[in-house]
Amino acid sequence: MDPQLRSKLTRRPLAVAKAAIDELIDDDHGLTTLVFAYLVSAAWWLVFGTLVGLYLSLKFVWPELDGVSWLSFGRLRPIHTNTVFWGWSSHGMVGLAYYVVPRTCRRRLYSYRLGWVALGLMSASVLAGDLCLAAGISNGAQEYRELVWPVMLMFASGLALTLYNFYRTVVGRTTREIYISNWYVLGALIWTLTLITISYLPFYQRGFGETVIQGYYMHQGVGMWFTPMVLGLTYYFLPKFLNKPIYSYSLGVLAFWTQMFFYTMIGSHHFLYSPLPWWLQTVAILFSIGMIVPVVAGTANFLLTMRGSGHALRSSYAVPFLLVGVVYYFVGSMQGSFEALRSLNLLWHFSSYTVGHSHITMYGFVSFLIWGGAYGLLPRLSGREAPHLSIGIHFWLAFIGLMIYGVSLSVGGTLQGLSWKHGEPFQNSVVLMAPYWLWRAVGGTLMFGSHLLFGFNMWHMLPGRTPALPEPLTQEPARAI
Amino acid sequence: MQFDLYERPALLFGLVFVVFLALSSVVAIAPALDAQEKYEPLPASEPLSPKAAHGLRVYIAEGCPVCHTQQVRSLAMDSQWGRPTVAADYARLRGMSWWQETPGVLGSERVGPDLSNIGKRQPSEAWQLIHLFNPRAVSPWSVMPRFRELFTVDAEPPAGSVVVPVPQRFAPAEGKVVATERALALVAYLASLKQAPLGQPSQVNTAPSIVTGTGAGLYAVNCAACHQPTGEGVPATFPPLKGDPLVNAADATAHIATVLHGAEGRVIGGVKYPITMPPFGDQLDDEQIAAIVNHERTSWGNHVSTVTASDVARVRKGAAP
Ligand code: HEC
Ligand code: HEC
Ligand code: HEM
Ligand code: HEM
Repeated sequence: MDPQLRSKLTRRPLAVAKAAIDELIDDDHGLTTLVFAYLVSAAWWLVFGTLVGLYLSLKFVWPELDGVSWLSFGRLRPIHTNTVFWGWSSHGMVGLAYYVVPRTCRRRLYSYRLGWVALGLMSASVLAGDLCLAAGISNGAQEYRELVWPVMLMFASGLALTLYNFYRTVVGRTTREIYISNWYVLGALIWTLTLITISYLPFYQRGFGETVIQGYYMHQGVGMWFTPMVLGLTYYFLPKFLNKPIYSYSLGVLAFWTQMFFYTMIGSHHFLYSPLPWWLQTVAILFSIGMIVPVVAGTANFLLTMRGSGHALRSSYAVPFLLVGVVYYFVGSMQGSFEALRSLNLLWHFSSYTVGHSHITMYGFVSFLIWGGAYGLLPRLSGREAPHLSIGIHFWLAFIGLMIYGVSLSVGGTLQGLSWKHGEPFQNSVVLMAPYWLWRAVGGTLMFGSHLLFGFNMWHMLPGRTPALPEPLTQEPARAI
Repeated sequence: MQFDLYERPALLFGLVFVVFLALSSVVAIAPALDAQEKYEPLPASEPLSPKAAHGLRVYIAEGCPVCHTQQVRSLAMDSQWGRPTVAADYARLRGMSWWQETPGVLGSERVGPDLSNIGKRQPSEAWQLIHLFNPRAVSPWSVMPRFRELFTVDAEPPAGSVVVPVPQRFAPAEGKVVATERALALVAYLASLKQAPLGQPSQVNTAPSIVTGTGAGLYAVNCAACHQPTGEGVPATFPPLKGDPLVNAADATAHIATVLHGAEGRVIGGVKYPITMPPFGDQLDDEQIAAIVNHERTSWGNHVSTVTASDVARVRKGAAP
């Protein structure tokens, strides 16, 4: 090798030096502990839930892996999805919101006690739900509704307490307007509580009624809970970390209202060509295309806020996570709009392509934004940072892993659909997936490795008795968000 | 009065709630109520027997719907799974208990085949049991989990118990594999999954595809589960058709009759098989049976004269040999 090049390479540091946190923004010890408690349990559920996910992906490669009843694929799969939904993503988002809501209302959280009770209820419901599913106790209804209602009631009670807590905080705010993050966060809580209630009441779910509700539930779950919740948090974190106001408040307003009107209508796109009324399917498709409005408005707003902040991107370890999250919000949602077209859905529906979409969105969009928020916020709360190198490795493992996961399933899923469309024997579609399922497991291994690092980094950021940084500043100077 | 929506939490969040509830009523609650009330079970369908209803609960507990759909779309590409499903097909489903919802069997992913019509397509109880014990015993390429816990191994199975003829390679070294109550219930449920006739022909374009229109395709769907895509069968469980004297006989009558009426208790190549071969006369028309028979007579090194649909019609009219 050219000696000059070699010396260049060896001298190149492994991690680019990123700015250490320059300020501590709060010394509200009670809130700090609460937020950390949520995020520590989120991190635990992430590691556990994706260990299960990784194991599932290996079962596609070695179906003979075990013959134990509670490790069987049909029981473990809902354990994976419910753990990463209600455990990882929900705990992470709600935990960050416990900081964002009081902060943007410029007052203390209404009640810390209720915050802890909500955490207890939510965590207990995930634990109880996993145990039930492992024992073969399942609600019977389809995806993400597998938990029996007593378990889901526990989870919903946690959300209801959180909603009450946030609402009282908003009512007692010292700002004049309610900041946009709070519309999203409280909106998401209201929608989700309504959604869970509607979807668990049995009075209209006999026979085919169940399917109508399932389509509605499955998409509102992702569309009216995870999506608005992380978007709301991003409306706070992005301007905060970049230290400048959001590009356009009105775009945010537009995105909010169109989100509510359009997303609510699109659930039936999960059952195209099913016996669902044809008008309902068509409405779902039209609004799935309509979703381009809020998605483009939201993405453009975030990207334009980031414009000219290349410096922050290079010097902060939280902003790259946010950037990836925003880009995947756009990519995953556009992909979804195409998937809802009848001509493409007939190919991709039932195939692994949809699983790719689920991870591109729930992982690339939701999980990356939660990580960005956590890495940006937690050191400011505790005064302790994680090693920059291990944050960097987390980022790249998760990013590359997801890339492999998404590409392999998108390609494989398309081939699977084509094989069905050409009327080949079913066997072909299973056999042809073997290499793509193997690559999914490879990507999944990288992703899981990144989650172990996230756990390690969390441990580093935990508040210690002696702050690692100089005295906390008393109060951050008031600043337009 | 000024319309200061963004300063009044009760107004803002009240609006957010009311609009969402209203939209939800239109796209979810009202159509669900309508679907629940409007669709009666098809006259030709039968309610689940208590055993099959137990089987449905096993089906849900084991999570079979994560890999198997029960939803045939109104598309030609789905026609190999049966006729398109209609809302009435699900009308008999009810909440399973006070803490369990109506079972969602439609599914959203097809890692394995659609099961709407599996009772017709694979009526053999023995095959189902072997397959549940270890899917790779009959489908070496399968990624389906084995359900070992649905079986016990007994050195001396008590009288009346159902012994599963597991192929030797997959059988335990000692003792016999016995199906539990849960396994039998599950198989009874699978057997009950037969699409009831609709009364009027469905609207869908069912132009023949590879699987419904060619001998190789029809063989793959109807016969390969037992006789294997290679025609070699499974030792001591399903007989080989490759090189089989009956298949290679110049006179195809016995071959055709076997497919039409099924077979049991024969000694083939010195082996007596523990399983019956199901009849296909009701499910396949003469054209299709001729195509399958010809596929078998000209594949895997078999090389004998072919037959026509009218030969099949002739055997169908005559008595079983
Ligand atoms: C990991 C996904 C997976 C799960 C879970 C699963 N299966 Fe399967 N199943 C498959 C695949 C793949 C095939 C096709 C290969 C084969 O014949 O095994 C299949 C085939 C079948 C068949 C034969 C269908 C046909 O047309 O020949 C039946 C019947 C069946 N499965 C029943 C079940 C039951 C009952 C359960 C639950 C106890 C179950 N499966 C769970 C993947 C799965
Ligand atoms: C459930 C498993 C199963 C399926 C499905 C099945 N067979 Fe068979 N088949 C058997 C068994 C078992 C035998 C042996 C029967 C006996 O012992 O009498 C057999 C016997 C035969 C024989 C007679 C062999 C001989 O030498 O007597 C022919 C021919 C045959 N099958 C063709 C077919 C065709 C064609 C299909 C598809 C349309 C088919 N089989 C589907 C299990 C099956
Ligand atoms: C414009 C926005 C979006 C549209 C139009 C859209 C469309 C779709 C469609 C059509 C399907 C069904 C595919 C099929 O089964 O055939 C689907 C599945 C799914 N989508 Fe989206 N999507 C969008 C955004 C999102 C977002 C933001 C998320 C995550 C937060 C998400 C998560 C999911 C999940 C988890 C599934 C799988 C559901 C299942 O079958 O279990 N989607 N999407
Ligand atoms: C190590 C990382 C992960 C791996 C290896 C993994 C693996 C898997 C596997 C194997 C499945 C079953 C797919 C199938 O049935 O074909 C699955 C389903 C799913 N996973 Fe993951 N997963 C991971 C992380 C996550 C995370 C973090 C989330 C959400 C935040 C998530 C959300 C989902 C969803 C929603 C489904 C259902 C998909 C659908 O029905 O379309 N996964 N995952």
